[in-house]
Amino acid sequence: MKRKTNLSATFALLPTWLVAVVVFIGTMAWSINLSFTNSTIFPSSTYVGFAQYAKLFSSAKWLASLQNVLIFGVLYVGGCLLLGFLLAAALDRKIRFESAFRTIFLYPYAMSFVVTGLIWQWMLNPTLGIQASVRSLGWESFVLDWVVNRDLAIYALVLAGVWQGAGLVMVIALAGMRGIEAEQWKAARIDGIPVWRIYVSIILPQLGPALAAAGMLLAMGVIKTYDIVVAMTNGGPGNATEVPAKFIMDNLFGRQNLGLATAGATVLVLGVIMIVAPFRYAMHMHSKARGAR
Amino acid sequence: MARLHPNGPKPTQITAGRIGLYVFLLVAVLFFTLPLYTMVVTSLKTMDEIRLGQIFSLPSKLDFSAWTTAWSGACMGTVCVGIRSGFWNSLAITIPSVALSVFVGAVNGYALSLWRPRGASVLFGLLMAGGLIPYQIFLYPMVRAMATVGLYNSLAGIILVHVIFGLPLVTLLFRNYFVSVPEELCKAARVDGAGFWRIFFEIMLPIAVPMVVVVSMLQFTGIWNDFLLGLVFAGRDNLPMTVQLNNIVNTTMGERTYNVNMAATILTALVPLAIYFLSGRWFVRGIAAGAVKG
Repeated sequence: MKRKTNLSATFALLPTWLVAVVVFIGTMAWSINLSFTNSTIFPSSTYVGFAQYAKLFSSAKWLASLQNVLIFGVLYVGGCLLLGFLLAAALDRKIRFESAFRTIFLYPYAMSFVVTGLIWQWMLNPTLGIQASVRSLGWESFVLDWVVNRDLAIYALVLAGVWQGAGLVMVIALAGMRGIEAEQWKAARIDGIPVWRIYVSIILPQLGPALAAAGMLLAMGVIKTYDIVVAMTNGGPGNATEVPAKFIMDNLFGRQNLGLATAGATVLVLGVIMIVAPFRYAMHMHSKARGAR
Repeated sequence: MARLHPNGPKPTQITAGRIGLYVFLLVAVLFFTLPLYTMVVTSLKTMDEIRLGQIFSLPSKLDFSAWTTAWSGACMGTVCVGIRSGFWNSLAITIPSVALSVFVGAVNGYALSLWRPRGASVLFGLLMAGGLIPYQIFLYPMVRAMATVGLYNSLAGIILVHVIFGLPLVTLLFRNYFVSVPEELCKAARVDGAGFWRIFFEIMLPIAVPMVVVVSMLQFTGIWNDFLLGLVFAGRDNLPMTVQLNNIVNTTMGERTYNVNMAATILTALVPLAIYFLSGRWFVRGIAAGAVKG
């Protein structure tokens, strides 16, 4: 289209420009600026350098929340990818009632993290949940007390998260598998390669980019993890399930510690960049390599 | 190999591998459905029956009182009015937010892909970056800015916030959709003297109806399921259902009424679940389209 007559187009994009510049750039700059001040309840203009960051990284709660989100993130993303891939591979084997299975595996993804957290809080309830049911069957020593156990509470979050998110990976992986040419299958079967080897050595590498995109999507969710923790454990027991996003929210609105909260938020943004940048780079190299072929 | 026909006839021979496959799938079905089953049966039991500690047993007698309590009598702290106001709040928040964000996103996608005014790629890059960044970094300045213009803790305020934070994804999906529209279509219309808005409303929007449906569903589910933004921006009178649900379940004084909690949880999940089950394939298209944004 010619450039001179698109005044309306420019005009139509004005609100979005406003959002991008004022909200996305403006408020972020404001927050980052606050993280270098000694602001508490109200913003202050006394700059203290990196003091808030020093305070942040000497806070046991923040360090615990970083550790927790790392454990949660690795197991949640890994768990979703593994289970999602297995489900997709199983459904790819000419299964009866495939669409019914697919519907069942994906429905949790339609539900909110709050709902997911509350469901699993109830399932794992140590006095009335699964533990009580199994014990009443006669296995008296059965223990499933994850939500109230300091060492295991984080795994309860992983369980709930994988239950909610595995279906997403399944959908993406299954779409990828359906795109693989029948010729490759024929060739591999003629060579006598067992089915599981075909999935691991031939199909998995081809699904790499799609699975990487799904993994990145899930990893972005990990950094934002908040609702599911609030609903399921509220950070407890102790600091066992504290996460950075919750630490920031608590300091913003509960403890009125603006400087510390914005320092934490800035660290989160850096975390996102650290996840996205290598992925983008890999995608870039991938498409370059393809173009050169 | 009938690989291109996954819904074709069932293979005739039954091998150990096939049996293992179905066993795996059935175990997976149990894992995915047990929580939903448990919620439903718990919500239909009396507290006396729940105290027996048989979470998987069927209710001895169907008791719907937990549902009525959850809807109109459950307590949040000391206020006992049930979750129904949250339901209406969520509708009041979600419907205008979806309509506005889909409209603005469609216009954006159309302008960015078919008109490409100066700075289009910069704007698109900014939007995409904004979509990746955690909300926490925007929250405090947003609260202050909203308070300054009198929108903090108001229905209009929370709707505006949802529209703003929905823009990156919605714009992306529409841009990708309109990129595949032949440019000649737009050019021909312009030769006939149609302007930016006429082409949008009379040609592009009708073409994009499938995308409008997909994106609306995606946005509806996303905004309905939101917790964080509703908690911060909606204000006490407009708290969405998710926030009220969490308040009912996690700030109870005295004994927890698990049957009421589960009924309230199901009620909160009902709208997105209905969308999912009634429109399965569209929903899948939506999340597949959303997932390729990486």
